[in-house]
Amino acid sequence: MAQTAERENDVIRGLRRSPAGHLADAFSQGSVSGEQGVTLREVPFLTMIGVRAAPGSAVWDRLGAVMGGLPERYGQVTGSGAGDGPGTEQGVSVLWLGPQEFLVIAADGPNALGGGAAGASLLGGLLDALAGDPGQVVDLSANRTTFELAGPSARAVLEKSCALDLHPREFTVGTAVNTQIGLIPAVLWKVDEAAFRIFPRASFADFLGRWLLDGMREYAAVEVP
Amino acid sequence: MLLFSCPNCGPRDETEFHYGGQAHVPYPKDADALTDKEWSEFLFYRDNTRGDFAERWVHSTGCRQWFNMLRDTVSYEIKAVYPMGGSRPDQPPATAAQTQQKGQQS
Ligand SMILES: [Zn+2]
Repeated sequence: MAQTAERENDVIRGLRRSPAGHLADAFSQGSVSGEQGVTLREVPFLTMIGVRAAPGSAVWDRLGAVMGGLPERYGQVTGSGAGDGPGTEQGVSVLWLGPQEFLVIAADGPNALGGGAAGASLLGGLLDALAGDPGQVVDLSANRTTFELAGPSARAVLEKSCALDLHPREFTVGTAVNTQIGLIPAVLWKVDEAAFRIFPRASFADFLGRWLLDGMREYAAVEVP
Repeated sequence: MLLFSCPNCGPRDETEFHYGGQAHVPYPKDADALTDKEWSEFLFYRDNTRGDFAERWVHSTGCRQWFNMLRDTVSYEIKAVYPMGGSRPDQPPATAAQTQQKGQQS
């Protein structure tokens, strides 16, 4: 029975299409290497779990224990994967979205959402920790997709259409905020000195992907002396 | 573009916020007893102030939290940002009895 379920999950995994999957070729062709380079790719199917809990409550402590603490202030990221660099899919990160609202991000796979033994998954562990008390644990993996914008010109591309102060003295590595990029609501996470993860909702992924590609184009051109 | 100071996130573009109308409109204490006219006035009738106006805003593409703001409707100057349920900073705080009489916080 469990084996059948696992096999069915594998079939379903194979059938999934990511919101920006059709742009994969365009992303790799539009990526620029070199001193003023900037690359864009989609990191599809990351596990995302929406968590709500009141700071200081027993639920807060129990949920935090599962993931290595919940963030307590604007911009903060906690969890075992909080320091993940670009391209790594290790650990679990918890992003602050509001005083009582958080976004848990983890790798794709049965360890995150189940398919293995009940309660052994991250989602199962969080639901157990919630234990029906006031709060929320919801699988939101299909809500957003993940873009990774990296390279020396990544910040310059973002600054064209994001009003936040992205200078490193203000927007430090390990900061994640909910904001607008090109008027698209998106979560922006600075995972490294020159690497950002952007989480747009699935229906905005096509627009934002093409928008960022457009912003990257000038860096492919030979600089006029 | 106006910059609003969200109590949670700090200064952000006004396009990240949505308007929630006049603040401090108390829910009627006994809504069932109202006439249709009184009920419609509670639902739809709001002040049209020239000058300082207390209004509700939500940071919809940020922390998704509501707050109150005191804004000059002529100059658009933002005089104060204060929490939901707080009293207007330009008026003496209501006593506990007054607040109870007014009904639900707004
Ligand atoms: Zn905010």
